[in-house]
Amino acid sequence: MRRLHAYLTGRQNLRVDLTWTPEQDAFRDECRTWLQRNVPSEPLPSGDTREGFARHLDWERQLFADRWAVVSWPEAYGGRDASLWEWLIFEEEYYRAGAPQRVTQNGIFLLAPTIFEFGTRTQQDYYLPRMAAAEDLWCQGWSEPNAGSDLASLTSKAVRDEAAGGWRLSGQKTWTTRGAFCTHLFGLFRTDPDSVRHHGLTYFMVPLETEGVTVRGFGRLDGDEGFAEVFFDEAFVSDDLILGAVGSGWSVAMATTSSERGLTLRSPGRFQATAARLVRLVRDRGLDTADPSTREAIVRAWMAAEAYSLYTLADVSGMVEGRSPGFRSSLNKIFWSELDVDLHTAALAVLGGEGELETIGGTENPWLKGYQFSLSGPIYAGTNEIQRNIIAERVLGLPRK
Amino acid sequence: MRFAFTDDQLAFADAVRELLADQCDAARVRAAWDGDGRVPGLWDRLAEMGVLGMLAPEGTGGLGMADVDLVAILAEGGRAAIPDPLAATAAVAVPTIRDHAQSDDAERWLAEISAGTARVGVGLSGNVGVLHAADAAIFLLEADDGLHLVDADVVELQPLDSVDGARRLSAVTWTPSAATRLPSAELAASQARDRAAVATAAELCGLADTMLAMTVAYVSERRQFGVPIGSFQAVKHQLADALVELEFAKPLVWRAALSRSTGDPSASMHASMAKAAASDAAHTVGLAALQCHGAIGYTVECDLHLWLKRSWALRAQDGDAAAHRRLVEAALLG
Ligand SMILES: Cc1cc2nc3c(=O)[nH]c(=O)nc-3n(C[C@H](O)[C@H](O)[C@H](O)COP(=O)(O)OP(=O)(O)OC[C@H]3O[C@@H](n4cnc5c(N)ncnc54)[C@H](O)[C@@H]3O)c2cc1C
Repeated sequence: MRRLHAYLTGRQNLRVDLTWTPEQDAFRDECRTWLQRNVPSEPLPSGDTREGFARHLDWERQLFADRWAVVSWPEAYGGRDASLWEWLIFEEEYYRAGAPQRVTQNGIFLLAPTIFEFGTRTQQDYYLPRMAAAEDLWCQGWSEPNAGSDLASLTSKAVRDEAAGGWRLSGQKTWTTRGAFCTHLFGLFRTDPDSVRHHGLTYFMVPLETEGVTVRGFGRLDGDEGFAEVFFDEAFVSDDLILGAVGSGWSVAMATTSSERGLTLRSPGRFQATAARLVRLVRDRGLDTADPSTREAIVRAWMAAEAYSLYTLADVSGMVEGRSPGFRSSLNKIFWSELDVDLHTAALAVLGGEGELETIGGTENPWLKGYQFSLSGPIYAGTNEIQRNIIAERVLGLPRK
Repeated sequence: MRFAFTDDQLAFADAVRELLADQCDAARVRAAWDGDGRVPGLWDRLAEMGVLGMLAPEGTGGLGMADVDLVAILAEGGRAAIPDPLAATAAVAVPTIRDHAQSDDAERWLAEISAGTARVGVGLSGNVGVLHAADAAIFLLEADDGLHLVDADVVELQPLDSVDGARRLSAVTWTPSAATRLPSAELAASQARDRAAVATAAELCGLADTMLAMTVAYVSERRQFGVPIGSFQAVKHQLADALVELEFAKPLVWRAALSRSTGDPSASMHASMAKAAASDAAHTVGLAALQCHGAIGYTVECDLHLWLKRSWALRAQDGDAAAHRRLVEAALLG
């Protein structure tokens, strides 16, 4: 029998360590100081309304001007070359400071990683800085009226126009977040009319001002005009608006959706900040006003936010060392979306009868809006049922249908 | 910042996993029900490898390591449903004696416990009995005034029957005295309780890993309606949810062990979070495992019950989820 010492690998440089380096602490201070000086003292109106969106754009441009819009990007594109760790720190500080929602997120967090991975150098040089500067505003066009979870059944098509050197798009996208306020859409179109399912699809980046494109905004559950349907009637797009190869759109799109499920869209700082606000809320209102079961719900949700944060730190530790979470990002998606619902449900329970009010004591009731938004988490970014299918088949290895 | 086990920690855990896969398979766990609640020869192997004394100082035959180095090994113990008192010995008794017993005997006890020649029983408040009290030479027992180090010849044992037939539990009665009381007895008790909670949480994670793996294997084989039952979405989604809960409990457990090692001021709260989450996750996994096995899982022939019953016992041991959530609540909401 060998003593455990005999198993020592000699690789002693690695430790389990939940502390930050002095450089990382300094970066955090820099973030915090800038945010303290610049975050608007009054919350902006919702970025999912026309007026609020415009106000949020001002904020985005302010972020960009001081190079906080895209911290993890290369400096050439307006970033700071921040590591994944620094990005997490920035996010933590961003949400702790109560800074505005990122109306540019679908571009910066979802399209950009895909452009970095699949775009040509020309595409990168052109689109990324404009995206960072909030000049181009991107919405995502996956869903169609008859293709939601079953995205591969989409029927929007692109027909080759050889003479013009491009493609003519026809069809309809829907549930397009902030589509009525954005300038560009990325999404999938069927370029091979004989193809089925995920074959023969191509990833296009389309300026919404293109002739033949019509956008109609409409209300979400919370009443904001946060959704749009986008109609394409032989709208012409040139070849350079294709991301990746013609016909390989599905695999290009999957890169985007995995960003959406995992880390980049929903960093733990967001939920920790909500959890901290929830604790403040119940303390401010007086603990005795909260029923024991409500207090338990708060503790559960707060613990879940901690768990999400630690899980993410483990994930990032792996990524930094070259271990990709792969299909396990579906675990994140389920966890953060349910966590967000739980946090807001608990907050409304604390508010009791006042929970339904749009304003409390003269100020907006943020929990009501937050609650309504949290309820969409289990639906968007691939419904949680779809994530469970993925976990069962791809992580646990259960037999497919 | 690096929240992942080191290569050494993983290598240790792998080594123990291999040992247990070989020496503590389901048949041996089952046999422990009819025997004395131990796997013959296993304790000596664990001692030889250095697992029992991992946290003991090198001068006393230990490896001088920290809680965080041990926690993945404890999960391996759970994975194998080890009936021997690995967690109570290696993760609770050894560091408690190391940190809190100052008598000359302490070093001798550490050396003998690490070598596997003396066995120790741990009786913390809130737990119904002491595991393997009958063969313990020395006890750590909690009284109202904190933790005591008590010789076996002054305790009385009353055997208790557990739902888990491999768990040899006894109620222990004794008379606390100034002579048995550890110098900082209250601190010793609270640290021991925290350590026990984290160790049991780690075991629960391992138990749940096995229950889930057994179930995945079973539902992939078992056919009804002409297809494997694992292809039914109702089965898939239960198991996916069980995995989510389990995988998000684990980081809380690893963190709690780290916090104890680094002396984090929130270590106690972290221990409570770990135990609450692991107890709940083991509950979810256990229910899903039983349901997805159908009637075969509801028999004593199927190995599942060996793990399931252990998980029932360990969920309550060292504080159940509700008790630990209340501790978190007190720390958080005041
Ligand atoms: C707030 C919000 C923002 C959104 N933003 C965008 C956007 O910007 N761009 C975009 O393209 N789309 C967007 N969507 C749409 C989103 O991607 C779709 O809602 C989602 O893919 C589900 O499609 P569906 O709504 O058609 O529901 P369906 O696919 O019709 O599903 C309805 C229900 O059936 C269940 N179901 C369906 N298939 C299965 C299956 N195989 N197994 C088990 N259950 C199943 C679903 O889980 C769900 O519960 C957004 C949605 C919301 C709510």
